[in-house]
Amino acid sequence: MTQKTATRERRYVEAWNDAIASAPDVSAELRALRESAIAKFEEVGFPTARRGNEAWKYTDVAPIASADFDDLVPPLPVRVATEALDQHIMGGSVWNRMVFVDGHWVPSLTSLPSLPPQVTVTSLARAMSLHPHLVRDLGHYQSYDESGFTALNTAFLRDGAVLIVPHDTVVEEPIHFIYLSSSEGRSSVTQPRTLVSMGRNSKAAVIESYGALTDSASLTNAVSEFVLDEGAHLDAWRLQQHSAEAYHVGSAQVRLGRNSRFTSGAFDFGGAIARHTLSVALEGEGSECTLYGLYMTNGGQHVDNQVLVEHVAPHTTSEQIYKGVLNGKSRGVFHGSITVQQAAQKTNAKQTDRNLLLSDEAEVDTKPALWIYADDVRCGHGAACGKLDDSALFYLQSRGIDEASAKRMLVHGFANEVLDHVGLTPLRVHLEQLITATLRSSERHA
Amino acid sequence: MLEIRNLTASIGGNRVLNGVNLTVERGEVHAIMGPNGSGKSTLSNVLAGHPQYIVESGEAVLDGEDLLALPAEERARAGVFLCFQHPVEVPGVRLDQFLRAGYNAIHKSKGLEELDPLQFDRLLQGKAGIVNMEPSMLKRSVNDGFSGGEKKRNEILQMAMLEPRLSILDEPDSGLDVDSLRLVADGINQLRSPDRSVILITHYQRILNLVVPDVVNVLMGGRIVRTGGVELAEEIETEGYEGQDEVLQAQG
Repeated sequence: MTQKTATRERRYVEAWNDAIASAPDVSAELRALRESAIAKFEEVGFPTARRGNEAWKYTDVAPIASADFDDLVPPLPVRVATEALDQHIMGGSVWNRMVFVDGHWVPSLTSLPSLPPQVTVTSLARAMSLHPHLVRDLGHYQSYDESGFTALNTAFLRDGAVLIVPHDTVVEEPIHFIYLSSSEGRSSVTQPRTLVSMGRNSKAAVIESYGALTDSASLTNAVSEFVLDEGAHLDAWRLQQHSAEAYHVGSAQVRLGRNSRFTSGAFDFGGAIARHTLSVALEGEGSECTLYGLYMTNGGQHVDNQVLVEHVAPHTTSEQIYKGVLNGKSRGVFHGSITVQQAAQKTNAKQTDRNLLLSDEAEVDTKPALWIYADDVRCGHGAACGKLDDSALFYLQSRGIDEASAKRMLVHGFANEVLDHVGLTPLRVHLEQLITATLRSSERHA
Repeated sequence: MLEIRNLTASIGGNRVLNGVNLTVERGEVHAIMGPNGSGKSTLSNVLAGHPQYIVESGEAVLDGEDLLALPAEERARAGVFLCFQHPVEVPGVRLDQFLRAGYNAIHKSKGLEELDPLQFDRLLQGKAGIVNMEPSMLKRSVNDGFSGGEKKRNEILQMAMLEPRLSILDEPDSGLDVDSLRLVADGINQLRSPDRSVILITHYQRILNLVVPDVVNVLMGGRIVRTGGVELAEEIETEGYEGQDEVLQAQG
């Protein structure tokens, strides 16, 4: 690391020494995990968009790395502005919900009305101090050596969400983890963490949503781990609706056991810079994943999705369907890779990324990568980029629909290929409202 | 009702309409027949307001309103309906929702009641019977994966829902088998009324046996070259288009 970059990282190391290193309330195990993570962060630092660093080629995180955030270890706010919370709540009084503000679990905003008794939903801080055996998996699945961000999250690990579903248990109602930053007039760094462990033949749906109670140029650096045992089913939806000034970096590691099935949806609407890496390892024979994504950007936003699928075992199936709607001078990046290891015969893997450019200045970089080491496999990929279909626009207008409404209908139609797979009605309605709001806001600025 | 005077229009720098004159009275069905490339589709697209077609001169007035000054959606609200020769597939946009948006936009502009999804569904399912359309198709994406016949029937259904004053049917018979042709023709006939005018554009006389026009016009080289009754369609069926433009010159 050069001297210049080292100074960017030093602030974090100093903050870690001041606030984290001496924290008394943790186990020796967690202390060791944090210590090795901060050492790793010091070693690798923030990634740079330099030549040869393929994973970060299109996304320059220098504005994040050099940002002078007010609070690197934000305290629990004295008062949470609950009136601003409503726009993040879904599923009324039926869904299970845990709320985190500035990285801290807020028990008073948590409700778990529809959880089978054998299911554990708790805060990571609580689990670490009361039931350390519950979190023994922590960090085992998300290796933190790939990027400085994951190491940073692990080093500053204080709280997060833990869901443990025992074998043969079906959780009927979704579990919604809401991560918010609140710091009024100040910018902060929060490090949310989510750990989901699905037992044999269990079934559940989770939503992680990220946002802010007040707009600020804060950084959210999230890490999630999902582990599915044999025959487990998990739907994991991720909604990122930060303001257009905020920064969001996240990564999720998924490990799939035999005949397990994982469905995910990644919905990015916010962020000046948003970058998410989803890594799925199909380790058990017969495991399946379907990964949907929809990103919608405007102004000068930059949204980057990295989807890394690794077929380890035979008879595994994966599908990636990502779609982007880009307006203003915004930029989208999609990198989808499929690796088929030698043992993973009879793999079936598909990937598509389609983008709709609503302005001449918006730009997309879409890059598929296939690494195939087995010979009996079916792999396919496709990428497309285009503008709104003029003939469809005329068709709608010829039926009396004004141009702006017709354009909105066509964008919704484009998004529906992804949204049609969102079976949770409150989430789908929420997403449709976000699409409409985003389009209306860009119409005002056009 | 509709008065087209000396209409000249081009697309991509090529002039396709060379001074069309046509008067359609209220309640009349006008057939416009013409060979390929005579300007039939251009005329319908120009009247409906397709932005790719450039009007160079002339006018089209519907009940005193200058159509050519209006964007496509306002022409629809003024009562113009284009039945597309090639209906557009709109993936992801549900037919019933699309049609309700159009219906409500037109009704709103007239100060009429807008319908909620439930009320609209009831109306739509009633009308779907006119063209024998399965209710399940109404929930599908607009024309997405529809057969040729289903697309045409869908156009007629839309016409039935929007109740236009002036319907321009651009080759509603093209590519149809006998059964679909009969359904489409029956649909058009059911929508005939003393208040509504129809321009029925076709290459073939076949549909005119099922939808009997009041007036038959022949369009060639971007102009109406002959106008007559049903017998003119029969003449073209037996003798073809060749020489029809010379008849005009001889008359002129």
